[in-house]
This record gives sequence, structure tokens and C-alpha cells, in this order.
Amino acid sequence: MNNRIAFKTIVFKEIRRFSRIWPQTLVPPAITTSLYFMIFGRLIGDRVGSIDGVSYMQYIVPGIILMSVISHSYSNVVSSFYSTKFQHHIEELLVAPLSNWVILWGYVCGGIARGLLVGCVVTLISLLFTDIPVKHYGIAVAIYILTSTLFALAGFINAIFADSFDDISIIPNFVLTPLSYLGGIFYSVSMLPEIWQKISLANPILYLINAFRYGLIGVTDIDIRIAFAMTGACILFLMLLSLFLLHKGIGIKN
Amino acid sequence: MNALSIRDLKKTYKNGLEVLKGINLDVEKDDFFALLGPNGAGKSTAIGIISSLVNKTSGSVKIFGHDLQKDNARAKNCIGLVPQEINFNQFETVRNIVLNQAGYYGIPRKQAKISTEKCLKQMSLWDKKDTVSRRLSGGMKRRVMIARALVHEPRLLILDEPTAGVDIEIRRSMWEMMEQINQQGTTIILTTHYLQEAESLCRNIAIINEGVIIEKSGMSELLARVNKDQIVLNLDSPISEIPSIEGYEFALSDSKSLNVTVPKNKSLNPLFQQLTEKNIKVLSLKNKTNRLEQLFMDLVKEPQINS
Repeated sequence: MNNRIAFKTIVFKEIRRFSRIWPQTLVPPAITTSLYFMIFGRLIGDRVGSIDGVSYMQYIVPGIILMSVISHSYSNVVSSFYSTKFQHHIEELLVAPLSNWVILWGYVCGGIARGLLVGCVVTLISLLFTDIPVKHYGIAVAIYILTSTLFALAGFINAIFADSFDDISIIPNFVLTPLSYLGGIFYSVSMLPEIWQKISLANPILYLINAFRYGLIGVTDIDIRIAFAMTGACILFLMLLSLFLLHKGIGIKN
Repeated sequence: MNALSIRDLKKTYKNGLEVLKGINLDVEKDDFFALLGPNGAGKSTAIGIISSLVNKTSGSVKIFGHDLQKDNARAKNCIGLVPQEINFNQFETVRNIVLNQAGYYGIPRKQAKISTEKCLKQMSLWDKKDTVSRRLSGGMKRRVMIARALVHEPRLLILDEPTAGVDIEIRRSMWEMMEQINQQGTTIILTTHYLQEAESLCRNIAIINEGVIIEKSGMSELLARVNKDQIVLNLDSPISEIPSIEGYEFALSDSKSLNVTVPKNKSLNPLFQQLTEKNIKVLSLKNKTNRLEQLFMDLVKEPQINS
């Protein structure tokens, strides 16, 4: 009972936080993705033609939606939890009789909520440019939620180890963005030379984008079962690692 | 049952600094207890461990009989903490800060709203409920932290230098609040650098220095140990030479102010008599002694002298 109320308190606090600053959290992805669709989808895409039997515009939609989900799930948790540490109001949580999983999932669910909301905004914008013939609803929704969960958890761990605001921008800028672009948002890996195809298989975001693309438009470069297995395993690992770090008080207690 | 029982509590930081060297402490239910010590003595670390902000190295802490390690949730439910530094979300409204804290303690929303209103009214902050907290004055911010600490009706309230940096008017109003809270049945542990604050509010006291408790007693018993008073005499005309009278110690703070140290068992009559004989006319006098401060300084100095 106590933990349920505490969990709801953290989640609603997080949703209120990113809703209150909607010009920073919801408007920028809408503008950025509109530009992607106009430049890559419309101007360049018309010259590219079709990939795997679908228009280029349709081909890039799943990747762009998922890229927004990844970056916003991650950045919501990393910035919110780091601010909680930075302003010391993490002490409000530590003195209260909260279980570690309540703290973890409270913040992670806040990140999931923002990731999914931004994903919906980007999806609505994409509908202004093209149709999305959803082929496999269940797979699309599952990957959508699992992806935001995975990156919200990763953001939480980043926040635990972060000691400065620089530390919370390094991974989004130098890891997530490059991996997203190299994860086949704008191209099929089959278009790459063989060596780069093999290297690309080490990129976890490639699996997520392809599985989501399969769910939305029925096209994929990889076996989506690998995507589900990998995502599930990563979520389990990151969750256990987060709970261990909270239990030990690493990064949050003296 | 004790509100707080600490046994052999030790804390060594990763850099090897041993901040607590096995302290034992009991605070009785309903007490108003002072935990004093110089900077770096270990009192904030002790409070950090009691309130789960710092991991202990070894030892045990019990809050109203609940072991902080084995019965963590029940122990935490008994504690309210007002920390030394402002530690709430500066972008949140006053009401939401207190409401959220109630939520973290598992208080249902409807009840949380009632408790929040009660605590904010008690701290005279109800008219600021929708103000973003960073816009509040320093004194108001401290009162927000007290309201937040009280929202779940803790049985033990820990106040870590609650009046640091606030002006005398706010400090006095906060003293009244603290006394009121204590009278309502909440045990209070207070740390402060204002020894007059501890002297006037607290019934029992512990002094910690270099990681060990060097004194534990009732406030009145401790103060009874002061064996000399210091008075300041304001003189009618300036003097250039310090008078010499047996049994009293003199020092000039300026040519018309004479500081006199008087042993507790010695009368003031001979002093005035002999000053009159020396043609020194006294206009007024005031007692300079801060009894607790004097004891505190003596106690804290002792280990250093011994070492």
C-alpha cells in the first residue's frame, strides 16, 4: 500500500515535471522530425525511390519515431535523477521508507511516459507526410514500450554515476545519437558493404529499429526474435544493476 | 522505550578518515536533546546514518525499538529530518514539496492534502503554498523543511542546525515552534552552533568531538559544573592600570570596561568594596558568561590537551 502510493507520487511528479516544461520536452522533437521528414523523406526520398518495396518516406518513419523514443526516455531519467542528486532532494527519497524498486521504477516509468508521449507526437507528425500501414500491432507496441524501458533504465544508471552535467550529456551525444544514425534509420544494412554489415550487427539499436519497422511496415533486415531476446536480457541486466547500485548507495550515499 | 538507541556506531570514509569511533547514545522518548560538537566532530555523519543518508561502517541504530537495518521501513517511518542545507526542489511549489513527501511516506492523497495544509498553517506558510520555493526567503525555506519533516507526524524529529543563517526574529519564532512541537509529544534531537539555543531549549545533551561522545548528561547538571562567572563592569572614568584584588581576575577590554572573572563560591561584595577603596566607580554591570559555551570550550579542548 505504502509503496504503491509512493510509486504513484514519483511517477506523477515526473510527468508533471516534463509536462510543465513542454516547450523544452515536446516541441523540439516535433520540429526536428518535421525537418527530417521534409528533407530526407520528401526532398531526398523522392529521388531514392523505394526500399524493400516501400516508399523511402515510409521506410524512415519507424526509425525516426524510435530514435525520438530512445533519446527522450534516456534524457528524461538521466536529467531528472541527476538534478535530484545535484539539488540534494534525493534525500527526500532516502529518508522515506521507500523500497529501492519504487525509486527505480518511479523514475523509469516517468522516462517511459515521456518517451511514449514524444513517440506519439512524432507518429502524428509522420502521418502528415505518409500513411503508416501497421502490419503487426503487437510487435510494434511491444518494441515501442521495451525500447523506452531499456533506455530509461540506461539513463538511470548514467545519472547514478554522473558527477557533473557534462557526465549526463556524454552518452546521449557521443553514443546514442551515432548508434541511432548507424542503426539503419535512413538505410537498409543490406545496402552496406559486407564488412560494415557485420559491424552493424554489433549495434543494439539496429535490432530495435528493424523490429519496430517490421511491426509498422512489415520490413526488416534482422530476425526480430533476436531483438526481443536481446532487449529483454538488457532490461533485466540493467534493472538488476540499478537495484544493486541503489542497495549499495553507490553515487547517492556517502 | 528510548526514541533513539545507538550502539558502537562507527563510520570510516573511503579515504580512511574515521569520523565516528564507536559512539553509544540513548535519547529518551519526549526529550528535547542537544547533540553538540565542533565542525568535523562527527555529528552530521551520525545524523546522516540515523536518517539513512550515510552508510554506517558498523554498529546499530534503533528508532523506537525498530532496528534501522533489520526493520528499516518502520524505523524510517518514525523519523522526520530537517537537514542543515536546503534540499528541496527549488522549482517546485511549497505545497507540492510537502505533498510529495507525504506520498513518499505512503500517505493517501486525500489525507496528505489535509496534513499538508495543517503543517503549512502551523509553519505560517499557507499563504505561500503556490509559491515556487526558490522565491522564498531563507527563513521561509527553513520552515518549508520543517513542514515537510512533520507531514507524516514523526515521533522523532531531527533538526540539524535549523536556525543557521536566519535572523534573530525568525530564530526566536522557530524556537517557539520547536518547543510547541516537542510539547505535542515529538522527541527532538537538535544540533546547533548557537549554544544559547541549546541551553534554553534542550533538557539533555551530548557533546561529540573527534568521533567520540565526550559528555552525556542533563543540561542542568552540566551547567551546574560551571565554576566561575564572567562579568563586565562599566566604569565611570577611564583607568590605565588593571586593579589587583585577591581572588578575582581582571582584564581591560577598553579603558572604561573591566572584565572580571569571579569564582562561583565568591561574593561580589568585597570586589565592590575594594574597587571603591581604589576610587574606581562602577556605573553598571552585565553578566558575560555563556555557561554552556564555556563548558563546551573546556570539554572540547581537553582531548586536544591530553593528546
